[in-house]
Amino acid sequence: MGSKIRGILIWGALVIAIVAPITIAATSDYLAYRSGIYIAAGFAGIVAMALILIQPLLAAGYLPGLAMLRGRRLHHWVGASLVIAILAHVGGLWLTSPPDVIDALTFTSPTPFSDFGVLAMWGLFAAAALAGFRKTLRIRPAVFRFAHTALAVFVVVTGSAHALLIEGTMGTTSKIALCALALAATVKAIADLRSWALLTRRRRRA
Amino acid sequence: MFRTPMNRRTLLSAGAAGAGALLAMGTSSHFVPARAAGLAPTPSMRGGSNNYRPGAPIVERIGNGGFWMTGSVRRAGDGAPLEGIRIQIWAHTTEGYERDPESHGATLTGADGTFRLEMPQIVPAFGQPHGHLAYDGDAYETVFLRPVMPSPRDTSLNADFVLQPV
Repeated sequence: MGSKIRGILIWGALVIAIVAPITIAATSDYLAYRSGIYIAAGFAGIVAMALILIQPLLAAGYLPGLAMLRGRRLHHWVGASLVIAILAHVGGLWLTSPPDVIDALTFTSPTPFSDFGVLAMWGLFAAAALAGFRKTLRIRPAVFRFAHTALAVFVVVTGSAHALLIEGTMGTTSKIALCALALAATVKAIADLRSWALLTRRRRRA
Repeated sequence: MFRTPMNRRTLLSAGAAGAGALLAMGTSSHFVPARAAGLAPTPSMRGGSNNYRPGAPIVERIGNGGFWMTGSVRRAGDGAPLEGIRIQIWAHTTEGYERDPESHGATLTGADGTFRLEMPQIVPAFGQPHGHLAYDGDAYETVFLRPVMPSPRDTSLNADFVLQPV
């Protein structure tokens, strides 16, 4: 297969994986009964899930035209956007129903998906903070990679659990597909980048 | 620690185990033991009092109706049906938010201890199609319930109270 065709297929698949759930959510009946802020908060969550799929693809340089260095630079910006999307998601929900968000943030919500969402949020903030302070704190590359990747896996798993358990505007099939792709991309990126190198090296030394 | 390298299988099986645990959590409900040492009072549910507005007026129906909230109120211990108990109801519906005053209304139980109040169709909000009910009076301990609809297409929802005398 020509690299051009391969590139078109990869980008096409990514665009479909992201645009389909957003389009389906945009046509949900539930939107009619929600205010602008609530709708925006919901879509910020969907966008965050889409960005979570993009992140491992950029980190591992899977996107044609965005090989390692350019991909990594974009990975930083997408990471920052992800933090902003989550702040918008939680902030918008807070404005919509403060007590429900307080329950979630204090892990006293009746809905398990709230706990998963808050866990994913803190995992994401930690992963982003680690990247942001990596140079200031002079974190060794192998340590950074292992910790950042471990947090990323945590975010993908808890974020997916959060999304899958919610009865909301997203279509079930497109939601499952988006989460499964994010998980698959993360696992493949970890395998290819050997993100656990820190552990195996230590073991050999010991 | 962490000797096992992460691969698809370990990750997926961990995910499946997590999902199983979640399902178990999600389906647990507040079963009241029939009659052990008398009928046990219904505990308040987590999040039950969210967006509560005390003193909602007794109404014929909330908004334009089309959906039925039903239930019963009994006394803890002997299980006697309680008449004239004021139950307050609110939800996110096709006509408004939980916070909106128009989304709130109250009704009284009949001689058989049951109540039913017509209200607008409940739509999923904050991830679940759910309603809120409150008993908040002087004679019995306050109880807040937050029942979840098995399907968002349901057109009724039931919630039963067993109240503990103060």
